[in-house]
Amino acid sequence: MRRMISVLLGCLGIALLAVIIGVSTEAATLINGAGATFPFPLYSKWFSEFQKVHNEVQINYQSIGSGGGIRQFTAHTIDFGATDIPMTAEQLAKSPTPIIHIPTVVGAVVLTYHLPGIPTGLKLSSEVLADLFLGKIKTWNDPRITQMNPGMTFPTDPVTIVRRSDGSGTTAIFTDYLSKVSKDWKTRVGTGTAVNWPTGLGGKGNEGVAGLIQQTPGAIGYTELVFAKINHLSIAAIKNSSDEFILPDLLSVTRAAASVTQSMPSDYRISITDPKLKGAYPISAFTYLLVHNSMTQNKGEKIITFLHWAIAEGQEYAQKLFYAPLPSEMVKKVNRTIEMIRLTPEENV
Amino acid sequence: MFSFSPRPKSRKETHLGDFIFASLLRLISLGLALMLVVIAFFLLRGAFASVSRFEWSFITDSTWDPVQEVFGSAPVLFGTLVSSSIAVLIAAPLSIGIAVFLNELAPPKIGKAIGFLIEMLAAIPSVVYGLWGIFVLAPWLRTTVEPFLSKNLGWIPLFTGPYYGVGMLAAGLILSIMIIPTIFTISREIFKTIPTTQREAALALGATRWEMIKISVLKSSKSGIGGAVILGLGRALGETMAVTMVIGNRSEINLSLLAPAQTMASVIANEYAEATSDIHLSALIEIGFLLFIVTFLINAFARIFILRESRR
Repeated sequence: MRRMISVLLGCLGIALLAVIIGVSTEAATLINGAGATFPFPLYSKWFSEFQKVHNEVQINYQSIGSGGGIRQFTAHTIDFGATDIPMTAEQLAKSPTPIIHIPTVVGAVVLTYHLPGIPTGLKLSSEVLADLFLGKIKTWNDPRITQMNPGMTFPTDPVTIVRRSDGSGTTAIFTDYLSKVSKDWKTRVGTGTAVNWPTGLGGKGNEGVAGLIQQTPGAIGYTELVFAKINHLSIAAIKNSSDEFILPDLLSVTRAAASVTQSMPSDYRISITDPKLKGAYPISAFTYLLVHNSMTQNKGEKIITFLHWAIAEGQEYAQKLFYAPLPSEMVKKVNRTIEMIRLTPEENV
Repeated sequence: MFSFSPRPKSRKETHLGDFIFASLLRLISLGLALMLVVIAFFLLRGAFASVSRFEWSFITDSTWDPVQEVFGSAPVLFGTLVSSSIAVLIAAPLSIGIAVFLNELAPPKIGKAIGFLIEMLAAIPSVVYGLWGIFVLAPWLRTTVEPFLSKNLGWIPLFTGPYYGVGMLAAGLILSIMIIPTIFTISREIFKTIPTTQREAALALGATRWEMIKISVLKSSKSGIGGAVILGLGRALGETMAVTMVIGNRSEINLSLLAPAQTMASVIANEYAEATSDIHLSALIEIGFLLFIVTFLINAFARIFILRESRR
C-alpha cells in the first residue's frame, strides 16, 4: 500500500514537472479577444485550426456579447474585438485610436415557427412579418397569410410572437430589417440589440427562443440560421425586394452580401438587410472583427496573419458550420484593408 | 435563536492570543459591513447618469425602450415583488408544514430521509430549475392548469387574458420550489432546539397533539420562522436564471398571473452584455441599485416586525 502511494506521488511529481517545463518553454504569443456570441462556434474552430498551423500563437476568445466586446476593445483591455453590428460613429469617435472593421463571414436571421402540419417553407412577405411582430395579425388563419400560402391548412391558433429577451446582435439584424421594410415599425419600435417589443414572449438566447416555440403551438420567432439548421427547425421563406420568396441558405445569404459590392464603404460598415438583388435572402448581416489600425510588431504580425488566413482558408470552415462565406470580390478588398494595418516597433515596457 | 454568554466584565484574564483573535474577527466583520457600503457606492456611481437624467420617473415610468433611451423600471419592480410574493405565499406554509410534520409527527427515520431529500433541492443549480421549468412545468401549466384557471376563475383579474405556460405564475411556482429548502431547513433546526420538556408540559396540561404543536412549538419559534421566511424571500428576490427562463420577459404591468412579466434581476441578466449606449448601461446599474435597496428595505422591515412580534 505504502509503495503504491509513493509510486503515485512520484508519477504526480513527474507530471507536475512536465507541466512546469512545458509552460516555461512554450513562448507562444498570447492574443486576447472578446465579443460577439453569434460567430463563436466558428471562431473557436478557426482559432484551434489556426493554432495547428501556427503554434507560436495562442488566441483566447471570450464570447461576452458584441456590446461587451466593443467596450473592452475601446478600453484597450483586449487585442481584438468582435461584433455583429458595426460600431456607430459615436462609438468610433470615443475610441482613442482609430479602429478597423474586418468583415469575416455573413450570418442570417431566420424565422422559425411551430405550426402543426406546416413544414419548412411557410411564405411570408415583409409587410405580413412586420404586422405579425407589431401584434396586428393575431391569428394564423388571417387572410393575408392564407392567400400567400395556397394549399396549406392553417390552425386557428392565436399567433404567439417569441423573441430574444437578452440583448443580441441577432435582434439588431432582425429589427434593422423590419425598420427598413415597415415605416410603422421604424417609428414605433426602431432598431437595436434590445428594443421595446410591442408583443410576445422573450426567451433567453437562441435556445430559449427555440424552446418556447417548440412548447407553444402557433408560435413564431427568429433565431440564427446556424442554430435553426443544426436543430432542424421549420424555416420560413421571406419575400425579398425582387418579389421572390427566398429560403435562407449559404448561397442566398452570400448573394445578399454581394448586393452591396458596388456601394461598399471603405470601412465596411454597411447593412445588407433588404438587399436589392435577385436571389438574395433579405435578413442577413456581416459579422466583424475589430482591430486597431496600428499595432505593436510582435502581436500585430500575428493578428494580420490570422486575419488573412480567416478570410482565405477560414472560409471553408465557415460553410461547414452554416456561416455564409464572403463574396469573392470582397475578399480581395478586405485583404488590401488588412495590409494597410501599420506595425509599430515594440514598446519597452 | 442563538444565545451568547455575557462578556466577562474583568479583562484581566485576556491573553494576547485572545486579543489578536478578537481583533481579527472584529476586522473581518467590519470589513463585511464596509463591503456593503462600497457596493452601494459603486452601484450609485455607475447609475449616476441614469439617476440624474430620469430622477423619480425611473421608478414610476413603465416604458423600457433602449432604442428611444427611455427607461422606467416600474414593470420590473412590480415583477420582482409579485413573483417573490407568490413564491413566499406558497413556500412558507408548505415548508413550515413539512418541518412540523417531519420533526413532530413522522417517525425519525422517515423524517431524516425526507429532510435530506428536501435539502438536496437547494443543491440543484438554478439553470436546471429553469430548464425543468421550460420543458416540464410550463407545458403542464399551459395544457392543464391555466385552461382550468382561465375557464373557472377567469372573472377574477388575476386569471384573465391569454395564457402561454410561461409567465408570472410559472416564475412564482419555480421560485417557491427553490426557496422551500431554505425555509424548511431553518424552521426544522429551530423546532429541534425546543426542549422536549416544553412539549411534555403542554401534553400534561391536557393539550391535544395539535394544541401542543401550536402552543409549545410554533408559538415559541415565531421569530425564528419569520427569519427563515425572510431568508427565503431574499433568495426569491435575487434569483435570476430560472426566473428569466420561465417568466416570458415582457416589460409591462399586468395584474393577471397568466401574463408574461419581467423581474429586476432578469432584465439585468438579459441586457447587460449587449447594452451599447452609456445611458442604457447606467439604467441597468440603477436597476441593480434599486434591487439592492428593495432587498435591504424588505429585510429591515421584516426584522423590525419580527422583533416586535417576539417581544409581545
